[in-house]
Amino acid sequence: MANDSFLDRSRTVAGPGYNRWLVPPAALAIHLAIGQAYAFSVFNKPLGSLISGDVNAPAPDDWTPTQIGITFSIAIVLLGLSAAIFGKWLERVGPRKAMLASALCFGGGFLIGSLGIHLHNIWLLYFGYGFVGGIGLGIGYISPVSTLIKWFPDRKGVATGMAIMGFGGGAMIGSPLANNLMGHFKDSAPQGVAPTFIVMGLIYLVFMQFGVWTIRVPADDWKPAGYVPSTEHNAMITTANVSADNAIKTPQFWLLWVVLLTNVTAGIGVLETASPLIQETFSDGAMGAGAGVTAAAAAGFVGLLSLFNLLGRFFWSSASDKLGRKVTYAIYFGLGILLYALVPTLGHGLQLTLFVVVACVIISMYGGGFATIPAYLSDMFGKYQVGAIHGRLLTAWSTAGVLGPLIVHTLHEHAKEQGLTGAAAYQNVFYTMAGVLVLGLLANLAVRPVKEQYYEKGPVTAEAGGH
Amino acid sequence: MTTPANSSAPHVEEPAVGGSAIIAWLYVGIPLAWGVSQTFIKALALFK
Repeated sequence: MANDSFLDRSRTVAGPGYNRWLVPPAALAIHLAIGQAYAFSVFNKPLGSLISGDVNAPAPDDWTPTQIGITFSIAIVLLGLSAAIFGKWLERVGPRKAMLASALCFGGGFLIGSLGIHLHNIWLLYFGYGFVGGIGLGIGYISPVSTLIKWFPDRKGVATGMAIMGFGGGAMIGSPLANNLMGHFKDSAPQGVAPTFIVMGLIYLVFMQFGVWTIRVPADDWKPAGYVPSTEHNAMITTANVSADNAIKTPQFWLLWVVLLTNVTAGIGVLETASPLIQETFSDGAMGAGAGVTAAAAAGFVGLLSLFNLLGRFFWSSASDKLGRKVTYAIYFGLGILLYALVPTLGHGLQLTLFVVVACVIISMYGGGFATIPAYLSDMFGKYQVGAIHGRLLTAWSTAGVLGPLIVHTLHEHAKEQGLTGAAAYQNVFYTMAGVLVLGLLANLAVRPVKEQYYEKGPVTAEAGGH
Repeated sequence: MTTPANSSAPHVEEPAVGGSAIIAWLYVGIPLAWGVSQTFIKALALFK
């Protein structure tokens, strides 16, 4: 014990009387910070006009939107890869060390990125925010998941929903924070971006320390007061444990991989097109002079979708504790297929209010898909290495991050080449996404309990990730 | 695995509401509420 670091798992085991409701805020401190990644687009125009100084008139040597967009893509790919690679390490060393690594990478990524911006060297920006920061995203995203599941065996969906809701909320904080800071620093550096990166890096590094130093894991024999595990047999909730290495050998893992892939791919279809979709579908030409949706209203629509993305993460994940994970995903896919197929009809019929309501429900289920998957994995594979298994499953997210925009842009460009406009230019996107959801529905329906041959033999301990 | 000497003692769960829990929730709740309010204000433009 004398040789133990304060960061070691053994030093984070909670003593008697520890209040488990302190754990979700620790998780939120990490997710609210790293969720900033989804607000990266706030830097697009300033980063694209560092030389010219005018966001509307970039200089020839300014970075192009494509060059800047690669930064975010690298970060999301690294999120999936690092979650997959470092998952077992996280299970072994515990959440505190992982959260500190995440904070150092994420905050440090901003600082390296600021140097890249100052020197106008995009490779340094890619390395800092994209590569180093992306590793921080991946480790941070999975760092509290298995801990929360162990603290809340009676409410796994509620607990993971709270944390992953924070990832959605992080963009809501990161976007106005960045805008305010860039406004503050605009006279001291080109577009105020480099100092904004420094300040945000330091803010997030400090903010995440709350999670690092308050996170606790339960003792192996801990149970919530009065908690009696259900004796009612439910084949879809295992009492056994499957290791991460064995989990990826099961069809269940890959079926859930497809479930996450399809849910995220379809959701990106709406998120990617939200602003142009509502403006082009409900334009002045379609609605009448002055009655069309303006750019400001479209930005409001995007904001509304963000709110429902956030709320859906908590609502649907919590509901899954009562409904069951398989039923919850069947709702995501079944209702999703109907709603995606309905969107073009509402567009053609100029039903703006219904269109907005349907889009909000769709996005709530997109968020819900992210938040419910850790509990689904815990039900299927046990809590032993659920963080590592979750990390490996997140490669589906990275894949969807490439696949979703590719489908959307290809179909939309094709429709435009055919001279289609308004709702017609997007209808194939939504019909295709409904088809993608059919695949997800079938994959979800095919999920069955894991065979005994994959179970761990004998008792497992919290630190057994080090096998 | 090294565990604290008291890890095998009976574990009693504290109530959900406690001084430290309130501070912890305020720490994350205040910035989240600020972010949500900013987004909500932006979203209002859709209804104008």
